[in-house]
Amino acid sequence: MNSEQKPKAGDRPVVKNRTMEIVVAGLLLLLGLTFGVASYHLGAGWSDDGPESGYFPFYINLIIVIASAATLAQAIRSKTPRPREAFVSKGQLRQVMAVLIPAAVYVLGLQWFGIYLASAVYVTVFMVWLGKYSWGKSIALGVTISVAVYFMFEKWFQVSLHKGSWFDPLSLIGL
Amino acid sequence: MEEINALFHGFSVALSPFNMMLMFIGVILGVIIGVLPGLGGANGIAILLPLTFTMPPTSAIIMLSCIYWGALFGGAITSILFNIPGEPWSVATTFDGYPMAQQGRAGEALTAAFTSSFIGALVAVVMITFLAPLIAKLALKFGSPEFFSVYFLTFCSFIGMGKGSAWKTLTAMMLGFALACVGMDNMTGQQRLNFGSMELVRGFDFLIAVIGLFGIGEILISMEEGLAFSGSSARIDPKIVIETWKKLPKYWMTSIRSCLVGCWMGITPGGATPASFMSYGIAKRMSPNGAKFGTGQIEGVIAPETAAHAAGTSALLPMLALGIPGSPTAAVLLGGLLIWGLQPGPLLFVEKKDFVWGLIASMYLGNIAGLIIVLTCVPLFAAILRIPFSIIAPVIIVICAIGAYTVHNAMFEVWLMLAFGVVGYVFKKLDYPMAPMVLALVLGKSAEDSFRNAIKGSQGDFSIFFANGLVGSIMTLGLVMLLWPLVNKLRGK
Repeated sequence: MNSEQKPKAGDRPVVKNRTMEIVVAGLLLLLGLTFGVASYHLGAGWSDDGPESGYFPFYINLIIVIASAATLAQAIRSKTPRPREAFVSKGQLRQVMAVLIPAAVYVLGLQWFGIYLASAVYVTVFMVWLGKYSWGKSIALGVTISVAVYFMFEKWFQVSLHKGSWFDPLSLIGL
Repeated sequence: MEEINALFHGFSVALSPFNMMLMFIGVILGVIIGVLPGLGGANGIAILLPLTFTMPPTSAIIMLSCIYWGALFGGAITSILFNIPGEPWSVATTFDGYPMAQQGRAGEALTAAFTSSFIGALVAVVMITFLAPLIAKLALKFGSPEFFSVYFLTFCSFIGMGKGSAWKTLTAMMLGFALACVGMDNMTGQQRLNFGSMELVRGFDFLIAVIGLFGIGEILISMEEGLAFSGSSARIDPKIVIETWKKLPKYWMTSIRSCLVGCWMGITPGGATPASFMSYGIAKRMSPNGAKFGTGQIEGVIAPETAAHAAGTSALLPMLALGIPGSPTAAVLLGGLLIWGLQPGPLLFVEKKDFVWGLIASMYLGNIAGLIIVLTCVPLFAAILRIPFSIIAPVIIVICAIGAYTVHNAMFEVWLMLAFGVVGYVFKKLDYPMAPMVLALVLGKSAEDSFRNAIKGSQGDFSIFFANGLVGSIMTLGLVMLLWPLVNKLRGK
């Protein structure tokens, strides 16, 4: 979208489009096979009351196998679009991971400590680390967002959110 | 005339103060969603869906559909001012909208975009008002084979009209169907394809898929591009609005053409995005100023915006009349109907008149409210875009996580959302289309049920799908769509 943001000269590709096409088509092929075999064992035939449970998924997965095999063949012969170009460059991958890894840590935190503490910490750390904001500003915004979410969901709309499986920080302040 | 009476009754439902308030809240939320990267019509509505569980269904759908109108309007703001399409369907608007803004004609471009959006939507709503009841009446006579044939046509259209590789479209779509099969088998009550996992017995909820694929996936893509917003600021003063409105009637031909393209693409599940490109392309070819397109021609803004809104709105027609949505956003709305205990489809027009006509009336009112809000509040919405991405990104991820959690009150779904996010990122980069995948996930169970009921009735004889003129011709049309890429390829040789 932004022309200025094109990968820089020294920005090496981590993986090429062709490789990624092959990997993805291969994974889909495997998935289709696994589901297909499972459906077959479930019963993909005909019983007294019509088609069995595995009938529909069996044929669906058969199509996945055929279609992803076709893509796989095209990818191997470099017939998919822009095979030589980078799927993702080193710099881009670093950017993507800078969002993805903290997001995964956040979800783990959410599971253990509940949504409110995890969200406040996550927003704060993200702002300090990637946005280079001061701790004061970041903490203020992180806490504000958690409090706003608390009031909006627990109070106004009466939707209870995850409280943490290890320990519920809200119990400390008597909520 | 029956429709007019019903519509006026609908207005009386929609015009209650509570519903009017929801309408304005919906449009404002929608524009914000449309302006922010990573939040779009489909996942924005998916996230906000749980908030409406306590509302009466009519009010809930009014608010949610207004979010959708707002999102449609919002996409144009970022396209014109920042050259960043907030939504995929506003990509074509950047071609002439952004150059206009650079020449200091941002107000004119925005007014033209909003007004044409409004006209596109209005035409589509009028069409829905008169066509939807007819289709619903016809569909009341449908049996399982007929319903399956409509599903078949819907999905084949994606292959026939898809841009990229037909194999990839087919794979993505079937992946949606396969995921829809996981969990409980509707007809026998048997657990299937859950590989012993208790979490998977619930199946894959499409709301999670929508939030992950479109929300998290979009954030990852935006991050990779290293978004830095820099754009023109704009205020629309009333004088510019009046002046632009005086110019617009000159382009009536472009408008009509774009409306037709949009309505057609919306009913058949082509969707708003291809409609906007197609309409831009046609306008460029037909206009006397065609060669100047891309340098800031007002027609280049009118054409894609009219078509995108007409398509986005008419995608609700098959959802209402047949229970088969024409776009991912319509699919999310359909999911909402099911959660509120309403079965979308032809019976809705008979059993829930208040609901249907309240919704249709709110489409008229919501778009008027939308037009007023966007014309007056542009600077406010543009300011949202100046919030740095390092603040917006974590907040959007928090919102997505909350949305995913509230679907089933389960943490497993939040992890699933992240996984779908990665899938969305990879699929988007490799051109696997996500709309057919999401629609297949939504409609998978119903399509399977109608298929199994149909061949159960015929004792496994597939000729049931060609048993009468109606089902036969829909199936044939579907087959034509399915084989279209092949025909094209052979012709090309």
